[in-house]
Amino acid sequence: MKSTSAAPAIPRPSRRKLLSHAMRSWQLYAFLLPTLLYFGIFHYGPLYGAQIAFRDYLGALGIWGSPWVGLKNFERFFNSAYFVNLLSNTVILSVLMLVFSFPVPVIFALMLNQLGNQRYKRIVQTVSYAPHFISTVVFVGMLFLFTSPSVGIVNILVSRLGGPRIYYMGSAAWFRPVYVLSDIWQETGWGAIIYLAALSAINPELYEAATIDGATKFQRILHIDIPAILPTVTILLVLRAGAIMSLGFEKAFLMQSSLNLEVSEIISTYVYKVGLQGAQFSFASAVGLFNSVANLVLLLIVNRVARALGETSLW
Amino acid sequence: MRRTRGDVIFDAANYTLVSVFFLLILYPLYFIIIASLSNPDFVNIGAITFWPRGITLEGYQRTLREVSVWRGYRNTILYTVLGTTINVSLTMTAGYALSRKELAGRSVIMRLIVFTMLFSGGLIPTYLIVKGLGMTNTLWAMVIPNAVSAWNLIIARTYLQQSIPQELLEASLVDGCSYARFFWEVAVPLSGAIIAVLALLYSVAHWNSFFTGLIYLQDYSKYPLQLILRDILLGYQTAGAADDAKTVQEMQRIADLMKYALIIVASFPVMVLYPFLQRYFVKGVMVGAIKG
Repeated sequence: MKSTSAAPAIPRPSRRKLLSHAMRSWQLYAFLLPTLLYFGIFHYGPLYGAQIAFRDYLGALGIWGSPWVGLKNFERFFNSAYFVNLLSNTVILSVLMLVFSFPVPVIFALMLNQLGNQRYKRIVQTVSYAPHFISTVVFVGMLFLFTSPSVGIVNILVSRLGGPRIYYMGSAAWFRPVYVLSDIWQETGWGAIIYLAALSAINPELYEAATIDGATKFQRILHIDIPAILPTVTILLVLRAGAIMSLGFEKAFLMQSSLNLEVSEIISTYVYKVGLQGAQFSFASAVGLFNSVANLVLLLIVNRVARALGETSLW
Repeated sequence: MRRTRGDVIFDAANYTLVSVFFLLILYPLYFIIIASLSNPDFVNIGAITFWPRGITLEGYQRTLREVSVWRGYRNTILYTVLGTTINVSLTMTAGYALSRKELAGRSVIMRLIVFTMLFSGGLIPTYLIVKGLGMTNTLWAMVIPNAVSAWNLIIARTYLQQSIPQELLEASLVDGCSYARFFWEVAVPLSGAIIAVLALLYSVAHWNSFFTGLIYLQDYSKYPLQLILRDILLGYQTAGAADDAKTVQEMQRIADLMKYALIIVASFPVMVLYPFLQRYFVKGVMVGAIKG
């Protein structure tokens, strides 16, 4: 740290210099301006506009002109027959993902890390990321093709083994298993990257010391690898647990059919249908706002719990 | 290193499990390729397992003859190129500004941006803003409402903060260099890697984007590829009413034939570039992880 008063020999910057400095840092604000406008309009704008959840929105009257109705839209949602169903569909699907899909990349990374053959490891890793880059539309299209009762390879194989042919995509009972299993297929490799990075940062001397002390491979995983990735796992777990209410729209929407709607209708797909297809802007905004608030509250709680347990927290 | 008998068993089990998982990931991808090259009659009875049979390019020919596929392709390329240009320009300039400590209010601005990742006004208010700006059913709806990703902005800022030394900037400023000139002549040339990462993350997102087009576009002629794909792959487009059973079967056959080829055609740009680009994606995850 330099201080001007401690060095009287150096003349203070002239007014002109200060001015030119201000001019120059003004350029920084110019760089920032478009992005600030973007966040202002497209993120804070909707936050402000979310007040239509408390109004009875009429296009002709605009946000300000539409009559204020207080919690009417929320009451209507909470009292509707859909409420419990939507909430439980969203939460159950998210929790299933958390329980079954979240641990797989962790285990996959631990296993990959144990492969001695670096070339094989790289090939497996490269192939395992690939499904992440398949678009949701193509991915769901693949699910339909593979599980088709007449021509799908899954049903053909199952029936050859003597099992029944099932229309998986049209079955309410199969919606959740297909959703979760296919997510494991698509995201495991990608999800493992971050854990592999944490594992590669481990000091190899630790392994050597453990081996000299007679630790088996399994013990080394248990006492070196797992503690090393635990902070990363905790942070991602907090994020995932905090996102239980914000289940993605696309996959559930594309997998939906009238046959599985009882389990596949989640909050985000409902908001789309009621709001944009049904044009009930205020009611759908109330549902969406409820979802956002619930989400934030959940994240804060989970983060607090993680911190209380003495593990890493987000902030 | 010394290997105990337990270690040998462990390794054998580990290699086996990893290989099984590897094949489970690989096989569906491989199957799409061989099915797209095979006669659909074989595909439909499950006669295709490891090698294509009755090799034909009919599926590709049908797909490439489909006008809607071409139009969707053209639209998606337009949205991807324009969108990514806007994305990267804004993310880099804002990331640069936010990486400079002398920017007053820097931490407040960062907090306001991070907050948008945690809480949003929701779909309907966002839609009403876009509609209010007259953007719905135009090209702009596809590129402006998602002009900057908060997450990518954090990645860019972290990178610029760590890789461009503050001292270098200070020295340049003393020599009369402006912030803008420093950005173009020093920061950008030093940021090749992060620009590549951002361009890739954004462009794949645009290429695969389905939701934006679904909510903001009405004209079929403006539909991006993913919406066209939904119509064909998920059968939203009824194959047309035909009384003749043979015709229905024939149409179903053509549809089935097209589906596999269409998946390949639609994923082609990403998949071809993928082996070369995946290390940049991995780098993107890593830069993000430093912050996280």
